[in-house]
Amino acid sequence: MLAQWMSFFLLGFVRLLTGAQARWHGCPPKAEQRIYFANHQSHIDLVLMWAAMPAELRHNTRAIAAKDYWTKSKFKQWITTAVFNVVYVERVKTGDEDPLVPLVEALHNGDSVIIFPEGTRGFEAEPAAFKAGLYNLAVKFPHVRLIPAWINNVQRVMPKGEVIPVPILCSVTFGAPIALGVDEDRRSFLTRARDAVIALRDV
Amino acid sequence: MNYLIKTLSPHQQVGLLFVFVFGLLMLATVITVARAFRFTQLDKNVGPHDDIGSSRPLYALLKTSWLIVIIFWLSWSMGDRIATVLFGLLSFFSLREFMTLSPTKRGDHRSLLLVFFAVLPIQYGLVMTESFNLFTVFIPVYVFLALPVVSALSNDPEHFLERNAKMQWGIMVCVFGLSHVPALLLLDFPVLAENSFDGRNMFLLFHLVLVVQTCMVVQHLSWRWLQDRGRLKAVVPQISVSFSWLPWGMGVATGSFVGGVLAGITPFQYPAQALALSFVACVAGSLGHFVMKALKRDRGVTHWAGGTRSVTGAEGLLDRIDALCFAAPVFFHTVHWYFDL
Repeated sequence: MLAQWMSFFLLGFVRLLTGAQARWHGCPPKAEQRIYFANHQSHIDLVLMWAAMPAELRHNTRAIAAKDYWTKSKFKQWITTAVFNVVYVERVKTGDEDPLVPLVEALHNGDSVIIFPEGTRGFEAEPAAFKAGLYNLAVKFPHVRLIPAWINNVQRVMPKGEVIPVPILCSVTFGAPIALGVDEDRRSFLTRARDAVIALRDV
Repeated sequence: MNYLIKTLSPHQQVGLLFVFVFGLLMLATVITVARAFRFTQLDKNVGPHDDIGSSRPLYALLKTSWLIVIIFWLSWSMGDRIATVLFGLLSFFSLREFMTLSPTKRGDHRSLLLVFFAVLPIQYGLVMTESFNLFTVFIPVYVFLALPVVSALSNDPEHFLERNAKMQWGIMVCVFGLSHVPALLLLDFPVLAENSFDGRNMFLLFHLVLVVQTCMVVQHLSWRWLQDRGRLKAVVPQISVSFSWLPWGMGVATGSFVGGVLAGITPFQYPAQALALSFVACVAGSLGHFVMKALKRDRGVTHWAGGTRSVTGAEGLLDRIDALCFAAPVFFHTVHWYFDL
């Protein structure tokens, strides 16, 4: 119940601040299993991607969240599980367990996943080089669609280090799905994925 | 009928005005929708999209008019405080659009926070408490100095003048300009013999908006009409394809004329005064809209919403109210000084 209220409040709040426009440029919002990957600038990215989903798809489109950061306090843990239903992922490799295991589990369950392949929040105009997680997931789940997304303007709303957001119009642009080539190696695939995301900036 | 109207209380008179305006709007909407059902012969020379294209601006105008009238009606029926809050929200949304297209840097974050969450509420608070002297100088004097100081404290000199000028312009147009509209509602007019204007400020506001909108519409229509006859050349094609002196003059003349004709609903005793003040409002509004076009061209866009390209082609909020943002302060201050309030 409280989670429901919180999600209403957050939706209204993010729309008041940023307009939260979702632009389904290359594909429609469909109830199929997808991996969305986007540039990462701020915590607001999480809320924006979540708000961009139509209401029916919101509960089973799960974003990725760094476990070390988001389980620090009870409030953070509650908000990311009860409200956003995220997938916790270890950012630092502890032992020899694959950090992607939670994501793989989520995908096996049939959920769609939102990941930020840069690994951390950036501030440059262009996203940093993509990490290997996207490639590994694409190899393991060949039937899942890979949708690039560009989140626009967010670095001006709440840059890293600030707590209060400034109202600026933001939008999320979803592009056409990309597919892993038959004998494509990791480096070229990740470059292609990054280029697909950057290309959506000018759409 | 004039006598009947005069026997009504001010509150009822304004109510009657709204009934009249809503009625007109409904009539216009019904006519426009009914025309859409009309069966049109497919002409060889007319493509299948031409009909739709020609009526789309009309639909947009109707939608805008409905929205504006509903907002004014809400602000009147719910009292002056709600009206001020409503216009505060309008300022918020239009300022958000303006700032989106005026790139600022990381160092401006604190200044922007101050703009949205300190300057805007303070300005509207000053309107609500009717401190007209302070609300006139708060932004041009105090904020003008304070904001660059906060920006300078962020230790980033790159494009310093540009960034701060953009913020100041945004505040002047979206906050300062628009806050004069609810200020008009809160002016206390003196009792002029039997024709007290108290409680009927909404008429003055209606007068102002009608005059400015008439000016803009006539300017646009006369440009189209003269353009079709090939008698125009674009004066400043880099800034606006549709600006030319003759249509501008026609728009201002028509707006002033309408303002003079409607002098009965204003507190001005002579129609000549209403004419002169309407002339001032029209000039300010239309030239303000022209200046905003120049600003938009500088950013490479045609409208304020959504950045380089908009999905639906919809205009932004600021595009629709920028003429009012420029006309309102000029009109307010002229009325203020004229009546020595």
